[in-house]
Amino acid sequence: MGIIHPMNNSLRIGCGAGFAGDRLEPALVLATQGALDYLVLECLAERTIALAQLERLKNPERGYDPLLEKRFEMLLPAIKQFGVTVISNLGAANPIAAGHALIRLARKLQLNITVAVVTGDDVLDRMTASTLTLETAKPLSDYANIISANAYLGAEALLPALALKPDVIITGRVADPSLFLAPMIHHFGWTPDDWERLGRGTAIGHLLECAGQVTGGYFADPGKKNVRGLAHLGFPFAAIDADGSAFISKVPGTGGVVNRQTVTEQLLYEVTDPTAYITPDVVADFSQIELHDLGQDRAALRGARGKLRTDTLKVSVGYRAGWVGEGEISYAGPNARARAALAGEIVSERLSELAGERLRELRIDFIGINATHRTDFAAGMEPYEVRLRVAGRTEDRETAELIGREIESLGTNGPAGGGGFRRWVTEKIGVVSTLIPRAHVQTKVTTMSTEDSPEHIDETA
Amino acid sequence: MKLHELAHARAGDKGNTLTLALIAYRAKDYELLLREVTEKRVAQHFKGVILGAITRYELPQLHALQFRCEAALGGGVTTSLALDPHGKSLSYALLQMEISVPAA
Repeated sequence: MGIIHPMNNSLRIGCGAGFAGDRLEPALVLATQGALDYLVLECLAERTIALAQLERLKNPERGYDPLLEKRFEMLLPAIKQFGVTVISNLGAANPIAAGHALIRLARKLQLNITVAVVTGDDVLDRMTASTLTLETAKPLSDYANIISANAYLGAEALLPALALKPDVIITGRVADPSLFLAPMIHHFGWTPDDWERLGRGTAIGHLLECAGQVTGGYFADPGKKNVRGLAHLGFPFAAIDADGSAFISKVPGTGGVVNRQTVTEQLLYEVTDPTAYITPDVVADFSQIELHDLGQDRAALRGARGKLRTDTLKVSVGYRAGWVGEGEISYAGPNARARAALAGEIVSERLSELAGERLRELRIDFIGINATHRTDFAAGMEPYEVRLRVAGRTEDRETAELIGREIESLGTNGPAGGGGFRRWVTEKIGVVSTLIPRAHVQTKVTTMSTEDSPEHIDETA
Repeated sequence: MKLHELAHARAGDKGNTLTLALIAYRAKDYELLLREVTEKRVAQHFKGVILGAITRYELPQLHALQFRCEAALGGGVTTSLALDPHGKSLSYALLQMEISVPAA
């Protein structure tokens, strides 16, 4: 890679985005100052791919992450200069179109790049009406209007792409830790059944996948957990050895902090069973992990384990889940709580008369009292101001619109002194999960290069 | 004393399941958390919010407890009507919990 690494023979993998809307600049800091081998951009939440599929249905050239051009316009010159390979799932519902977009961008920037695109996660044609969901054990036929079905691919789908040594690897749905584990397997030559090492690599990937959430982002609590420089938070990298031991750190001089506390919070984040964290690659065991502060924003981890992977892959199925209408209005000063409560009662009575069955579910929150935690943990406290929020799930758009209108009409028909009215209507995309046998999922790598004639694409199985 | 004095926390979501990590600032307070923050106490504290089973995992070397809380996110992130559908803010609802601390 043409760079002397601080730790001999260690592999350095950074995370430059932890979700689709994440900050842009931290990835550039990592690419230019992180002495990285690989930079991963994780940009695909559970529901994002279903929304992207809707975009693709409208325009066959779209359906990939809308920030792709913005991110790579900044990154491409740096990764060419510093020899960093980017791996990203921002292909979303259309990885091939994302690859073409990258090639176009590189030509505009007068850079020569190769891109390897991994596909095969789209399994919509293999879903049947009788397929059962994991959440409800009901068949998919209960969910009208299914939009998308994407299997979580594992690290092995990326290995043929890594072997081609491209500048960028673009994927659709891949399990988040697998995006990080793949370059470890490729670099160190770990065998596909070396469950212990795959478990260690998965723990490292899990720590990195949410980017700033391990370097002091989403952590600060003034007076209890102080964090400096959150406006310029440094994103993480791991320095990994051949046996799967590693430390997590960030570029010196950036904001944030890396220590046992930040790493422990991220290690347990979204882990429903620390003894069995199931990915496409391995069933990882995080329960024996030990963390050590090495100082200077470095935290070492050891002791992750792994067991034989499962025979199936998880599939996220996106469906149209009706509409949601919301409206808000504020009450402040004397008796604010009682006036907001009266407003809620009025809207509730009106909506049950006007919408009837078309309103499937209604929720009335008092922001400042019980909205965020969905219950009142500080019962009896009289707030200075309260914001009434009414949200309802509806069959159709028209009924959803009604909710905001009923809030608006409180302006002249409701309690005294309401103000600051807002309303929204959104179409909801729901996601349920199911499992698919591994044998039903075939992956493919497609390579593209700025050297190709514009029509040429090389496809390798 | 509120848990906020002794511990920090992070919430996570998987479908309709909430995860709550509770981490003692000082290793020596882990035993206190172990004794005070039981599955039963958490269920009482989150009455009406967590509707399903609660499972506690013990991680002594991290002086941390992990709670898996089922049926806790209003049917799941993608269709919930809650203002915070991920339940991300519920980490601080846990830290609001009162525990009894033996006199020093």
